[in-house]
Amino acid sequence: MTEPTALTEPAPLAIRTSKLTKHYGDLVAVDHLDLDVRRGEIFGLLGPNGAGKSTTAGLLTYRVIPTSGTAEVEGIDAFKSPALLKQLIGVVPQSNTLDRSLSVYDNLYHHGRFFGLSAKQARAATDEQLARFRLTERAKAPVFALSGGLAQRLMVARAVLHSPAVLFLDEPTSGLDPQSRLALWDVLRELHAAGQTILLTTHYMEEADALCDRVAIMDHGRLLALDTPAALKATYGTGTLITVSATGDLAALAIELGYLDGVDEATTVAEGVRVKLSRRDGMVAAIVSTAERMGVDVRDVAIAQSTLETVFIHLTGRDLRE
Amino acid sequence: MNRRSAGAASWIAFRALVGRDLAVLRQTIKQFLPRVILQPLLLMFVFTYVFPKIGQGIGGANHQFSTLLMAGVVATAMFFQGVQGVALPLVQEFGFTREIEDRIMAPAPLWVVAAAKVASGALQTMFAGLLVFPIGLFVPADTIHLHINWLILLTLAPLVAICAASFGMFFGTRFEARQLPVLFGIIVVPITFLGCTYYPWRALRPIRWLQVAVLINPLMYFAEGFRAALTRSPHISLLVIYPALVAFTTVLAWTGFRQFRNRVMS
Repeated sequence: MTEPTALTEPAPLAIRTSKLTKHYGDLVAVDHLDLDVRRGEIFGLLGPNGAGKSTTAGLLTYRVIPTSGTAEVEGIDAFKSPALLKQLIGVVPQSNTLDRSLSVYDNLYHHGRFFGLSAKQARAATDEQLARFRLTERAKAPVFALSGGLAQRLMVARAVLHSPAVLFLDEPTSGLDPQSRLALWDVLRELHAAGQTILLTTHYMEEADALCDRVAIMDHGRLLALDTPAALKATYGTGTLITVSATGDLAALAIELGYLDGVDEATTVAEGVRVKLSRRDGMVAAIVSTAERMGVDVRDVAIAQSTLETVFIHLTGRDLRE
Repeated sequence: MNRRSAGAASWIAFRALVGRDLAVLRQTIKQFLPRVILQPLLLMFVFTYVFPKIGQGIGGANHQFSTLLMAGVVATAMFFQGVQGVALPLVQEFGFTREIEDRIMAPAPLWVVAAAKVASGALQTMFAGLLVFPIGLFVPADTIHLHINWLILLTLAPLVAICAASFGMFFGTRFEARQLPVLFGIIVVPITFLGCTYYPWRALRPIRWLQVAVLINPLMYFAEGFRAALTRSPHISLLVIYPALVAFTTVLAWTGFRQFRNRVMS
């Protein structure tokens, strides 16, 4: 995605949080989170389940009561006046929250009315959104007749109908088939091109990589790193990462692999040994033959290029899916 | 889009939320009408048509019983509609789909979103009460003699409607879908049977314990209130009925709004 150049001033802030914290009993869901989201950017909160992404989104959309800290959306205190805050935000939650009692058209129309559009304005805005999101043919359909992808698209259409300053999407493509996911990415890119500020949470690193201008990597409620995907990969990336799934004397294998030319680091992990490489050519064969020589039973070799996934592994020592 | 003050945005959202509910009512009127009409129709039919025809009169002079029952049936119909019209949709919206998460994105404080639900429920409840009157006109074997006190009727009916809808808010935010049979079987049914709908409260004097026990039943105040508004039968003092209804409404709505907030915010 577009990189901010050194010459341009950073855009004004759409979201700012300071020491934002949420406890659920003993569980610290969000831990002193400081975030700045600029106007016009797609900002990704990336992390595994339970990292605190959705709680953060909930805090910024008046669905979660903060334990401490502050948050502002477009300069408005996010915890003070829901009536002011909610005029500024559009939300696409994780589950399908479309109004089952209403048609596709009426879902949009009544949403417009909630936000103060006159009947005439709401009808015009509804027609516009239906066309923009290619839902016009489905206008009269009941919403439970929509496929997952179309329902998600309608939820996005509804969330932006009142021209919010910030659009929140909580795990927008989780549960979507690959085709619908790509279609939704296109929708989000179009919104981004039109200047929409977007904050999305995701546990798909390729989604964060493909869509986001900047990504905040979260784990255990804390911010581990925040930058453009390219900068994150340059800073924390590891070239290539090979995970050898094996059984046997893994500690000895890790030590032995560490001596191989081209290996930066080899550590044992739950499933075997993880090897960070500075170069790649011929390394897989060298690693496998070393393992065989040591009598270690290799079941699988997984190779990962420097991605946000390897960045995450570097930062946490864990896989995103773990 | 123009940003509005919190007050203006909330008021607009309130009206639009009520508008949404009424739009849904319009679209589902074919299910609404039979649901609302059937129970009062059957009650009136059995007690004021079948019984007199087969000679099993209740309550002495028949037309007096019909008149008395009429007030009770209006009260029951409104109580039922208040609970059903608010609690059932709420339970559904709070259900596994969390449809409520859309409604609470309307630009208003959460209590306003909840209050809109009570308001639209109260309007439906008034409508349900109104539908009993034509039934009373046509069904009974002998004429019903209503003595309408308009001042009481026009102040009591909205109060009863809001109170019934607040009941719906209270139940709808407290119970989950799988608990609905409990709500109706164990709470709503006893309330309707012991709500002094078929007899005035004073007539319970021979069963003193019951007369005292039903004082906590809100439906009793609905029925006694409508007896005061529609008939010349004896009823509890209005100085008790109005404050009792206000108290029930306040407690139920306040608790309901708190439960509503606790259900949508963590």
